[in-house]
Amino acid sequence: MATPNTPLWEVFIRSRNGLAHKHVGSLHASDATMALQAARDIYTRRGEGLSIWVVPSSAITASDPAEKGMMFEPAESKIYRHPTFYEVPEEVGHM
Amino acid sequence: MYTQALNTAETDDRGLEDAAKAAQFQARIDAEERIEPNDWMPAAYRKTLTRQISQHAHSEIVGMLPEGNWITRAPTLRRKAALLAKVQDECGHGLYLYAAAETLGTSREELVDAMLAGKAKYSSIFNYPTLTWADIGTIGWLVDGAAIMNQIPLCRCSYGPYARAMIRVCKEESFHQRQGYEIMLTLCRGSDEQKAMAQDSLNRWWWPVLMMFGPPDATSQHSDTSTKWKIKRFSNDELRQKFVDATVPQAQYLGLTIPDPGMTQDADGHCRYSEIDWTEFKQVLAGNGPCNRDRMAARRKAHEDGAWVREAAAAHAAKRAHRQTAQAAE
Repeated sequence: MATPNTPLWEVFIRSRNGLAHKHVGSLHASDATMALQAARDIYTRRGEGLSIWVVPSSAITASDPAEKGMMFEPAESKIYRHPTFYEVPEEVGHM
Repeated sequence: MYTQALNTAETDDRGLEDAAKAAQFQARIDAEERIEPNDWMPAAYRKTLTRQISQHAHSEIVGMLPEGNWITRAPTLRRKAALLAKVQDECGHGLYLYAAAETLGTSREELVDAMLAGKAKYSSIFNYPTLTWADIGTIGWLVDGAAIMNQIPLCRCSYGPYARAMIRVCKEESFHQRQGYEIMLTLCRGSDEQKAMAQDSLNRWWWPVLMMFGPPDATSQHSDTSTKWKIKRFSNDELRQKFVDATVPQAQYLGLTIPDPGMTQDADGHCRYSEIDWTEFKQVLAGNGPCNRDRMAARRKAHEDGAWVREAAAAHAAKRAHRQTAQAAE
């Protein structure tokens, strides 16, 4: 007998105060409460987190890897967006 | 991101694989790029990884059984807490791996069902019994030690989700091996009976552990393509040799004898082990090991006994979702 599928959730954990939540993996759970509890058990057995977010995987819209070029290449040529593009004489000191 | 939903929509390109795409794929592998779930990949790459990662996951789950056998009989509270934590880790490892396998487009439910139906394999080592407490020490020291040897190169595997799961697993696995070695050390420093128990355990596990690395290179059926795709970075025999070289001095420190009277040491320091009895390995894989039937029966019973929990959770979620829709409509 095939088992019916349980919804998939993506898990995000914030490790310390001041840091952002980071994707750590995914899990299956029938609802949000159980997803949070399962995330606690699976992903924070060694004090890895201070806060957990769980998001239904189906709610995530992802960019298409086939369109990576179109999405990200425009930024590559804009070196003037980086501080090192600009010359500041050494005498001025750190800026 | 570990979403299986995105993968299912992918067109099935079996047989029609564009040679240009395949060449591009290989070029990415050669450039040490990581392949991610929604990237194009050859059907055979997907199939190989689904098989390997799911077997790895099944092994973690079945691997809980031989050790779980001793949780209630651990000699001290400290040992019991450690063993319980280790078995919980194995469960977690199984779940990380199922999640990684799912990104290739097969659901966890299907993967688990294949295992319960006896269609998917798990590591042959878990078909051996844990007869004494020393076996818990040996499993941590040698079985986890061999697993670490296998898993460290997998942290650099070409498939991103598998590599990331392995990084997590390896971080946690080190505690397993150390707790096992500590158990052995305590037994070996104990009474004559305790030391004899440790030696007996090593005698029973040594050869099955060497078999964990898989068939010799000359006969391994999956190695060539796996190496080309950078799923595998070392051959079975290379890893086995590394393991033996690392383990022999550890056994010497314990004062235990490796049960291989024919073992010799090369001038370059390698310990050369005797011929492995591959008929035993084949027998265990074919389902005729000491515990194959027990393990499968225990997994099936656990799955069936848990069915009401899955059903109740699904019914509860459905009821709450229904109530929310009804409230929203008011």
